[in-house]
Amino acid sequence: MDWHAILSQSLQQGLGPVAAVYCLAAIGLNVHFGYTGLLNFGQAGFMAIAGYAVSSFVATWGLSFWLGSIVGLLSAAVLALLLGVPTLRLRADYLAIVTIAAAEIIRQTIGSVTLLKYFGGQDGLQGFVGSFSDLNPFSDRVGIPGVVTWRPYDFWALLVCWLLVALCCLIVWALMRSPWGRVLKSIREDEDAVRSLGKNVYAYKMQSLVIGGVIGGLAGIMSALQHSAINPSFFATDTTFFAYTVLLVGGAARVLGPVAGTVIFWFLLSFLDLFFSQATAGTDPLIPTAIMDSNQASLMRFMVMGLTLMLLMIYRPQGIFGDRRELALDAR
Amino acid sequence: MHARPRSVSALVVAMQVIVMVGIAAAMLVVSGTGPAAAAPVPLAGAQTCVKPPDRSDDTIHIQGCLSDAREKPPAPVPGVKIDVEDSSGKVVGKGVSNSGGVFDIRLPGASIDNLGQTFTVKIDKASLPKGAALRNPKQVALKVTLKLDSDVFVTFPIGNDTGGGANKATQALQLAVGGLVFSLLLAMAALGLSMIFGTTGLTNFAHGELVTFGALVAYGVDSLPGTITIGGTNVTIAVAILAAVVAGAGFGWLNDRALWGPLRHRGTGLVAMMVVSIGLSILLRSIFQYLAGASTHQYSQFSSPRPWHWGPVLVTPKDVFIVLFSAVVLVIVTLALQRTKIGKATRAVADNTALASATGINVDRVITVVWIVGAALAALSGVLLGMTQGFDYQLGFKILLLIFAATVLGGLGTVWGAIVGAMVIGLFVEVSTLFIPAELKFVGALVMLIVVLLFRPQGLLGRPERVG
Repeated sequence: MDWHAILSQSLQQGLGPVAAVYCLAAIGLNVHFGYTGLLNFGQAGFMAIAGYAVSSFVATWGLSFWLGSIVGLLSAAVLALLLGVPTLRLRADYLAIVTIAAAEIIRQTIGSVTLLKYFGGQDGLQGFVGSFSDLNPFSDRVGIPGVVTWRPYDFWALLVCWLLVALCCLIVWALMRSPWGRVLKSIREDEDAVRSLGKNVYAYKMQSLVIGGVIGGLAGIMSALQHSAINPSFFATDTTFFAYTVLLVGGAARVLGPVAGTVIFWFLLSFLDLFFSQATAGTDPLIPTAIMDSNQASLMRFMVMGLTLMLLMIYRPQGIFGDRRELALDAR
Repeated sequence: MHARPRSVSALVVAMQVIVMVGIAAAMLVVSGTGPAAAAPVPLAGAQTCVKPPDRSDDTIHIQGCLSDAREKPPAPVPGVKIDVEDSSGKVVGKGVSNSGGVFDIRLPGASIDNLGQTFTVKIDKASLPKGAALRNPKQVALKVTLKLDSDVFVTFPIGNDTGGGANKATQALQLAVGGLVFSLLLAMAALGLSMIFGTTGLTNFAHGELVTFGALVAYGVDSLPGTITIGGTNVTIAVAILAAVVAGAGFGWLNDRALWGPLRHRGTGLVAMMVVSIGLSILLRSIFQYLAGASTHQYSQFSSPRPWHWGPVLVTPKDVFIVLFSAVVLVIVTLALQRTKIGKATRAVADNTALASATGINVDRVITVVWIVGAALAALSGVLLGMTQGFDYQLGFKILLLIFAATVLGGLGTVWGAIVGAMVIGLFVEVSTLFIPAELKFVGALVMLIVVLLFRPQGLLGRPERVG
């Protein structure tokens, strides 16, 4: 068991570009779920639509990367409007079902053979990161030698991702201390009371859905850039629930909740992953093959995630840093 | 108060009757086709699909066999032209199927040059004999990526010429048969979900795992060494179904007793419970994958007998068994809900929990029974679904959204609504493949879900009350 490698790689993952992408997605969910109480179970759909807009703009149609990014974010906003119109007037669980269904519609349509020539089917698209990697100022491995280092492109992606995280946190912080943000929070607590004060609850919810969706779209774009590739399996339903777990670990309705949650949860997951993969590797593994083989070892992260989600929601719905009074979760 | 235990046991007896009927029916199917199953059907005729002899040279060949599945045994299809193209679209090999329907195309270069490359195998539709066509007319090309240093075997299913517009009606009928089977299985799962939602308000995202659980328990029984026989008849699959239903019921009871009951009592909010159910779904799904692996399984001891020709459509005895069995189950459960004391109590709790409790109904007991019956229905649906299409650890998760679509379409929490919704969704999913590619059939159903919510949020049979 090589503890140094395990810890170093876990740290690399916990601060790495994938974690930063989930952090962005979770910030979007924080606006929806944490502040407004909207149950968006389709964040993966927002990510997919924006990520695919960018990659197909460049890889399929040969258009500008920057134009693609703008269109990607706009399409995430349009998706939010489309989903909001039928569901925001209904009960919370309807929004949940419709958003999860919409995310699956998007994923299955994009991955279909029928649209193969535009979106590459199940293999997805590659070769669209040119404009982004041209800006990369790094040429050697970056990091603290001996502790944690990243390849130059990974570090560039990671840096941009975390800068975007900082920017989004700043925006969320500013929005939520404004009168507008206070209305959102009161919608979460008691929608009817807000309505009786003459506020247009529907419009506020819609604005929240759009803002969170656009942040989710940003996560999708960064996910495509960071992998230098895109395919439908990135945007499975589990992606949304990873983001939820990250959000709930850190604490919903806290500006920095998703950030703390990401680093902690991703470090923990990678640690378990590496631990079990080392414990099952080799000819004389620590855990006998009869109990767990290396394929089964890779499942431990999902079990831990499922269990974390359950236990958090049951025993500590406010997460590590949240405030219980802030988040009186209940369906109307 | 004395009557209630009796009505609980009445429901249990009813469930036992259902299972008995099912076993009898399964035995009929199995015994009726016993001899056919015992003598292996000669899938390959004397000259059909004889693989070319092994070579020892360092090349990779792309091989395949074309046989017409309409014939029994399948007849070879000779004289069909096949081309192999590399990833840039250049033709690198050509071949024609021989009298045994086999084609064998050598890729240029040594195997090491071709590893990791992707080739496209194209069939020339024009060279197919008259009347024969690809079962999937759009699938004229197959992509193969060479991962191993060995020959690759590809097949193009050949069957009826389905391209003509004249037999669209036949096709629709054939698809409707499949849709009916699917919709009844969907209805059993949806009924359970709807009952649980109605009585507890929980939108259970882990309901799909109850479905998978049934399929897995049956698979466990099925893969026990040897066969279970009664009077010389192989009843393994009937025992498997029984085991799945009983274990499913127990699993439902455990779900309620260990998790949802305590959560209800401490007053956990519905949104929080929904998130808990998602965590449970992910946890159970990974445990299933841990135990059963990621591959697709088939029930080995359930042979598929030859289909019957009913007019223009093909119906397998399995389809008939599933339709009859699940229809009987659905009728019994709905009758029990209408007529028995516990059924009436269930509807009362679904209608207004507080009022039901005030009239002396033991709400907790009702909810426990609902969980047991709902999970048993889901497990039964899982086994039968596994019998029709094979299954993997995601069986239930894949249809979870369709189960939701069915319940929302019919009206969340209504009994008949779940069944009607499932019929609509099941038939729509299958018949819509007439017009849209089969890979998008679930998408069609989900779009329908969203459209229905837009215009009739309470569902087809729900009461038009304010739901938001």
